[in-house]
Amino acid sequence: MAQMQTPLRKVRGLGSAKDGTAHFWRVRVTSVALVPLSLFAIGLVVSLIDAGYAETRAVLAQPIVALLLGLFVVISLDHMRSGMEEIIQDYVHGELAKVVLLMLNLFFIIILGAASIFALLKIAFGG
Amino acid sequence: MVEITLPKNSRIKQGKTWPKPEGATNLREYKIYRWSPDDGENPRIDTYYVDMDDCGPMVLDALLWIKNKIDPTLTLRRSCREGICGSCAMNIDGTNTLACTKGADDISGAVKVYPLPHMPVVKDLVPDLTVPYAQLSSIQPWLQTVSPEPAKEWRQSHEDRAKLDGLYECILCFCCQTSCPSYWWNGERYLGPAVLLQAYRWLIDSRDEATGERLDNLEDPFRLYRCHTIMNCTQACPKGLNPAKAIAEIKKMMVERRV
Repeated sequence: MAQMQTPLRKVRGLGSAKDGTAHFWRVRVTSVALVPLSLFAIGLVVSLIDAGYAETRAVLAQPIVALLLGLFVVISLDHMRSGMEEIIQDYVHGELAKVVLLMLNLFFIIILGAASIFALLKIAFGG
Repeated sequence: MVEITLPKNSRIKQGKTWPKPEGATNLREYKIYRWSPDDGENPRIDTYYVDMDDCGPMVLDALLWIKNKIDPTLTLRRSCREGICGSCAMNIDGTNTLACTKGADDISGAVKVYPLPHMPVVKDLVPDLTVPYAQLSSIQPWLQTVSPEPAKEWRQSHEDRAKLDGLYECILCFCCQTSCPSYWWNGERYLGPAVLLQAYRWLIDSRDEATGERLDNLEDPFRLYRCHTIMNCTQACPKGLNPAKAIAEIKKMMVERRV
């Protein structure tokens, strides 16, 4: 019976997961990486405001642009996954719902990332 | 647990307005949370009028004046009445603080007094702090050593002693702990700002030899990493301490030992 457990037993629970620092550090590293990459991505979009379809494709096909844009997509999606994980852990308390949402979160960013990278590669290699 | 609305039996009702003291000219209105486990009623807000010419300046003075002169059933904890015991922590005018060091003059309008937020209530302004106390004992807040005990004392340099300033002053009133939204939502698993500040106090004590074990014990997505630097803790602390900084320092130590 939960009521017969001592408060210390409840607080100690299943013990420390000895984990979380990797996640914490990854969020910091991706944030730092995203400062220049986001500036680049915003700058690129602004510079292409008046460009037509063909010109935009040509710019996106340049190796440096494709590489930086690919990095921006991958790193920002990783950062997004970390943030969403935090939110789910903060606010979702049903164990089943939590596990399902954490999985969906991961699937979502993998699909989004795969589609974006595929599109970038197709443009870059002139599909 | 996230709760947008209060459970039915916790919803606050309009309470009683107690008569104004006779002949008093300098009155102050107090709206105080009342709940008793004995009558099966919902909590209510009672209104009292305090004769400020007959009462000290602090909120605690007024609460005791009410208890002595108007309503002896009003229940609260207090002991030292000078901000060192931490017993009279409560939510006053929307902020967790100590009733004994909060001047009523700093508040405009009626003085609203509630128990510390998101804790089970024992009665009126008395919260049940069993869980935070158990969390405190879980971090083992005492000196741990392996080396043979010295003949006199464990020595510490002045510089190392200075590292404990801003930490040792904590009186464990749990104003910070119960002001933290992360602690509200995950209080069973997140240790909370007060307990983490204590944990840091032992982590940086130069005499302690269990630093690694202490960090192991804290390294957990919930125990430590539910802190999102919301800073309510630092804003609430009636002793002017900075639990958010202590938690950030723990996170830095965690990174330091693996990078």
